[in-house]
Formats: sequence, C-alpha cells, structure tokens
Amino acid sequence: MHALKSVAGAAGLGMIGFYLGLGFVAVLRAMLGYPDAWGGEINIVGGYVLGVIGWLMGIGMWGTWSREWFGLKTYQRQAPGWQRYFTFNTDHKVIGIQYLVTFVVVFLLAGTIALGMRLELASSGMQFISHSQYNGAMGLHGILMIAVAVASVIGGTGNYAVPLMIGADDMAFPRLNALTFWLIPPVAVALLATPFLGGIETGWTAYPPLSTTTNSSQILFDLAIITFGLTSILGGLNFLITIIFMRAPGMTWGRLPIFVWSMFVTSWLALLYTQGFAVALLMIMLDRVAGMAFFNAEAGGDPLLYQHVFWFYSHPAVYIMVIPGFGIALEVISHFSRKPLFAYRYAVGAFLGILGLSGVVWAHHMFTSGMPNYLHGPFLVATELISIPTGLVFLSALGTIWMGKLWLQTPMLFAMAVIFNFACGGVTGIFLADVPTDIHLHDTYFVVAHFHYTIVGGEIFALFAGIYYWFPKMTGRMYNETLAKLHFWWMFIGFNLTFFTMHLPGVKGMNRRVADFPESLDNLNMLVSISGWLLGLSFLVFIYNMINAWIRGPVAESNPWRARTLEWQVSSPPPHENFPEQPVIKGHPYDYGVPGSVHGVFPNAIASAPAAGTAGGGQ
Amino acid sequence: MAVVAPTETYHAVHDHLKLNRAGLWLFFFSECVLFGLLLSARFFLEGIERGELDQLLGLGITIILLLSSVTAFTAETAIEHDNRKLANWGLIATIALGVLFTGGVAYEWSIAHFHRNEAFGTLFFTMTGIHASHVVSGIGILVLVWVQFLRGRYSSKDHWPLAGAVMYWHFVDVVWVFFYPALYLVK
Repeated sequence: MHALKSVAGAAGLGMIGFYLGLGFVAVLRAMLGYPDAWGGEINIVGGYVLGVIGWLMGIGMWGTWSREWFGLKTYQRQAPGWQRYFTFNTDHKVIGIQYLVTFVVVFLLAGTIALGMRLELASSGMQFISHSQYNGAMGLHGILMIAVAVASVIGGTGNYAVPLMIGADDMAFPRLNALTFWLIPPVAVALLATPFLGGIETGWTAYPPLSTTTNSSQILFDLAIITFGLTSILGGLNFLITIIFMRAPGMTWGRLPIFVWSMFVTSWLALLYTQGFAVALLMIMLDRVAGMAFFNAEAGGDPLLYQHVFWFYSHPAVYIMVIPGFGIALEVISHFSRKPLFAYRYAVGAFLGILGLSGVVWAHHMFTSGMPNYLHGPFLVATELISIPTGLVFLSALGTIWMGKLWLQTPMLFAMAVIFNFACGGVTGIFLADVPTDIHLHDTYFVVAHFHYTIVGGEIFALFAGIYYWFPKMTGRMYNETLAKLHFWWMFIGFNLTFFTMHLPGVKGMNRRVADFPESLDNLNMLVSISGWLLGLSFLVFIYNMINAWIRGPVAESNPWRARTLEWQVSSPPPHENFPEQPVIKGHPYDYGVPGSVHGVFPNAIASAPAAGTAGGGQ
Repeated sequence: MAVVAPTETYHAVHDHLKLNRAGLWLFFFSECVLFGLLLSARFFLEGIERGELDQLLGLGITIILLLSSVTAFTAETAIEHDNRKLANWGLIATIALGVLFTGGVAYEWSIAHFHRNEAFGTLFFTMTGIHASHVVSGIGILVLVWVQFLRGRYSSKDHWPLAGAVMYWHFVDVVWVFFYPALYLVK
C-alpha cells in the first residue's frame, strides 16, 4: 500500500520532528537557566517547526526536491491509480483534486461546527455549552471557513483548470505546487488541536489584547496560519509565473479566459498582502513567547497597530476569495448563455481596478476602534469606490445573460445565484462602509449576514458552480443532474432564508461573538437556526451525488457542455501532460455564434478524427 | 470537436532560467511587504524616537554587509567567465562577511541599552532579528552552493543556484539599506 506507507511514514517523521523540537528547545532553556524548561509556548514553536519539516521530508519532498540541495540525485515515488493522491505528486491535476477534496471535507466539518453553534443560539440563555466553548467553536468555524474560502477555489479549481485553459503542460514550478498542498495537513492538525489547549477564544481575527493573554491555543493558531499564509503566497507566485510565461502560442492577454484573468489578479493579491497576516500573527507570537511589547499599551505598544496590519491583509483577502468566484461565474455564464462574454475588457478592467483599490480600504473595519477621525472620510470614499469595478462585473454578467440562449444546467444555476447573492451582499455592504450606519451596525449580526452573503453567496456558490462544471473533466464521469438541481434549489433557499433573516437581529443590535442574546430576539433566532439546519442538510445531497457519480456515474464525454475553452478539447480526464501536442490559439474563447471563429487548434493533429485539428469552432 | 490521440513525442520545452528568475523576483516583492510592514510599525509606534545605539558598531556592520554584496557580485561574474578561482574566493568572502555581520548584530543585542519589553526594544529586536534570520538563511544557502561549487557543479552556462543565491543576498542587503537609517540614523 503506497498510500498508507507514504502518509503514515510522513506522519511518523512529523511526530518525531515534533518531539525532537520540543526537547531541543527544552534543552536550550535548561542550559540558559530557565526554571520551567518544558513548560513554555516556545517549546510548541520548536516542535511545530521541526514537525512540519519532518512531515514534508517524509511525504516525499526529500526525495523529489531536497536531495538536489546537497547534490544528490532526486527520485519520485510512482504510486498507481488513486494512491497517487497520497504522495508528493507534482501533476497540477492531482494537486487540484487533492485541494478540492481536502477543502470540501474541511468545509463540511466547519459547517457542522456552525450547526452546533446555531443549536446553542436557537433560543436565549445557555443550553448546551459554556461561553468559552462557544467562543472556541466560533473561532474554529471562522478560521476553517476562511481557509476554505482562500484555498478551495484558488488551490482546487485554479490548479486544475488554469494550466489547461492556457495550454500549458503543468504549472511553472510543479514541486513548489506540491509543497503548497502538503503544507496544508500540518495546518489542519494544528487548528484541530486548538480545542485541547482551550480553544481559539479570540475568533479568527485574533485581536489583542485578548490574543496576547488568552490560552496557549493562540500559539498553535498563529503557527498554523503563518504556514497557511506561506502556501497562499507560494501558490500565488506559481500562478503568476505560469500565467505570464507559459501561455500557448497565440494566447494573448486579450484572449485569456476570464477565469484565468481572475486567478491572475487574485494571485497578485495573495502574493502581496498575505504577508500582512503573517506579520500581525508574528507580532502576537513575539509578544506571547518573547515578552515583547507590540500591543502592550503600558510599555509604549499599541493594540491598534494589530488591527491596521491585520486588516491590511484581511480586507484584500475577501477579494482573494471572491474574485475567482466572479471568474468562475462569468466563465460559466458565457458558456451556458451561448454568447460572447459581454464587456470582456471591462470585466478585466474591473478585476484590475479591484486589485488597485483593495490596498487602500482596510480601515473601514476600524471605524469604531478609536483610530483618528480624519481617517474615516478617506476610507469611506475608497471603500465605496470599489462598487464601481464590482458593478462592471455585474454589467458583464447581465449583458451576457441578456438575450442569451440560456442552458439552465446546474453550473449555470449556481453561477446566476452568485450574481443574485453578491448583489445582496454588496447592497448591505454600503451600510457598513458608511461611517454613521456602521457605528450602529458594527459587530452585530448584520455584519455576519453581510459577509456570509458575499463569501458564501459569492464564492462558495461559485465553488459549487466550478465543481459541477469541471466534475466531468476531472473524473471522466457525469453526475446526476436531477440531484444536482435539487442540491442547488435546497441550498439556495436555505442560504437565503438563513442569512436574510440574520440581518434583522443585527439591526436590532444583537452582538456577534456572544453565545447569548435578549429574549425578545428568540423568534428571529429560532428561524435562523432552523433555516441554517436546512442549509446544512442540503450538502448531504451533494455528497451522495458526488461520491455516487465518481464511483459509478455514466462515462462523460470529453466536452459535455460544448464549451470552446482549451480544457474541453482534450479527453476527460486529460492525459498526463495535458495536451497531445502544442495547442495554438487563433481567436477569442467566447465567440459563440460568430461565424468561422476558432479558439484553439492542434496544428499537427493526426488526421484520424473528423475536422481534425480544429477545436471549439463557432457554434 | 476532435479529441486528438496522444502522441508519444510531444513534450513542452520551457526556459527554466527565465521562470526561476521571475519567480525569485516575485518572492522578493512579497518579502518587501513583510519588511515594509515592519518598517511602518516602527514609525507607527515610536515616530522618529529611538533608543541609544552604538553608532560605530552600526556603521561597521553596515559596511561589512555592503562589502559582502560586492564579493557576492564578484563570485557571480567570475563564474560567468569560468574564473573558478575568483569565484571560490568571492563565495568564501561573502560567507565570512555574512557571519561577521551576524556576529555584529548578536554583539549589538548583548550590549543594548534597552529591553525587549519596551516599544523601541521590541521594534529593534524584531526588525534586526527578522533581517538577521534572512542573513543566516542566506549564509546557509551560500554554504550549500559553495559545496556544490567545490564539486564542480557550476559553469558559465549552468549556474542558476549560485546566481539565485546571490540575488537573494543582494535583496537582503537592500533591506538593510532601509532598516539601518530607520533604526540608527533617525533623529
């Protein structure tokens, strides 16, 4: 069993590394004369670092990569069939599926935690868990879902589709790509271990001074998220180099599929801003472990510094999440409307505009935090300016649907839901960007409803659009359309019931991050809880459909959607290096109905098939 | 709509040197944000106030680090001209100057007039510490490269690891060019 050997061996090495690190720091501390050599959080830091290194080397980085640093010959373990998903495999298609499956599992897990929270919040008073347990559950739900939102679309569908869509044989740095995936399991282990150290009481934002004084789970949280940030940065770097340098001949920037454009922009965001989260958490770690005073106001520090550095990443992070969502939505809408993508250049310009503006809006999260008043106006204006590029994305989507020949298959339903949901999220965002209304709404369930509308409604719906859209390509099998439509309508209705209702207690001042609320809000919260469970149960249909289709679904055609982009012009699933020969791009990917247009051709194709060599002609 | 049968002969060819160089530059952009945020934190917390520092030592380690960039550059140009002897001395000198710089920072830490639990101390130790950790990792990379160099691995046509290590070294030096005035020279 290659798979078992690979993962168990790596986990063993990781454990050995962890204990070595603990002991190494303990010996150092004993030598330096500390009284409690074993007891410090710095031991956890040492253990984590060596543990991650041990895990990576064990999973195959040593053989595939690190031996080269010492001038040794590298080798790669070849595992057959499904077992290759458990090794340090450098094929972008394998890595994409690894990401997708992992993060769908994490999504379901974090969703289950949310259902537990809604159980507690179904009525006022404390029923099942303590305040501290509630905070831990909320922190874990938050950070796991943030991880899903950051990595599922980029790492999953992005990894799978981008090299195929631009006509490349793989990513620019395949080993780096495998590394970014295999850094995820230590992150997951560390985050799931936090309840044993007391739970993440700060929520995923980890504001000091609570985060510098709370229990030791904070240190695991910091380490895990710094590692996770590293995967995000390296992944972004890899996408950028791939998209800039590895496009097929003729694939000019003006002919790039819109999903690839969205990945290009989001990769810049991930590359540049993720360091902010790392710096913010590093400061917390230094305050905790080394007794420094970044956030200790007595000693000249300032907790506000954390909020600035943290939101400097975490606001652009919402665009990291949602721009690929827009990309998938526009991509799918064009193919399923059988029309050229309306205002393609404006949509690209919109992505670039969001990229430009995203770095100057972060302090709209801090209107009530006590920062100087003169900052309120500029950040209000900059934030509302973002609705202009976002509006262009909507223009493109609606213009494409307008007078189109809509084919309402599941991916199209999800893509249109993205447009609907994000419109709701965008409109509620205006109240939060405006200082006067924000001062009332800050830290209430209105905010919770707003960002679930943007991230779940905007990105997770797009993730499902992407999963259904590329499922036949990834697995070579077709899912059950009826079940998929059932999943869509169930999820869409459950989602809107839950989060539309959630605005109302928020307007009435119900605080987020608190396990209890006034009795007068009982009815509304009961409704939110019931709809939340309705939403949660819809995923059972999805799981059943996916597993069933993957194992015994009907074999899919290579191009079931009659789409023109390159990934649909090869077999399902595609061969190891993607294309039988170098594709050459002759035209725009979305020119449906334009007479005589072609997108990609294989100029030297073997003349065995009819219409040999052309791919994706105008239909 | 033809699905083309796979042929055994097709393999895409890439200019890996170009990809590697561009990738390293993107990594530097990302690191710039890390160092830039630390620099901003320094002015956010303390304005232009600063603690008492040994100016002569600061100037000394700065000169050492800048010199090491010159020797690193020498090593790279030497290997481009297949001048193995000069490249060898360039690498040795760079590593030695890097170690000297790290020692200088460690000595500065040991004689510091401020403590890490006050604002300037926090900033000073964090900024020099993060920078020094980059220097130390740079030394580690250079040592690995040097060992491969001694085994005859590089030539004028194929020396990307050496060139990449030298690029990284220059980048870490440039960071110090911004950190040194922000920590030692303001006010």
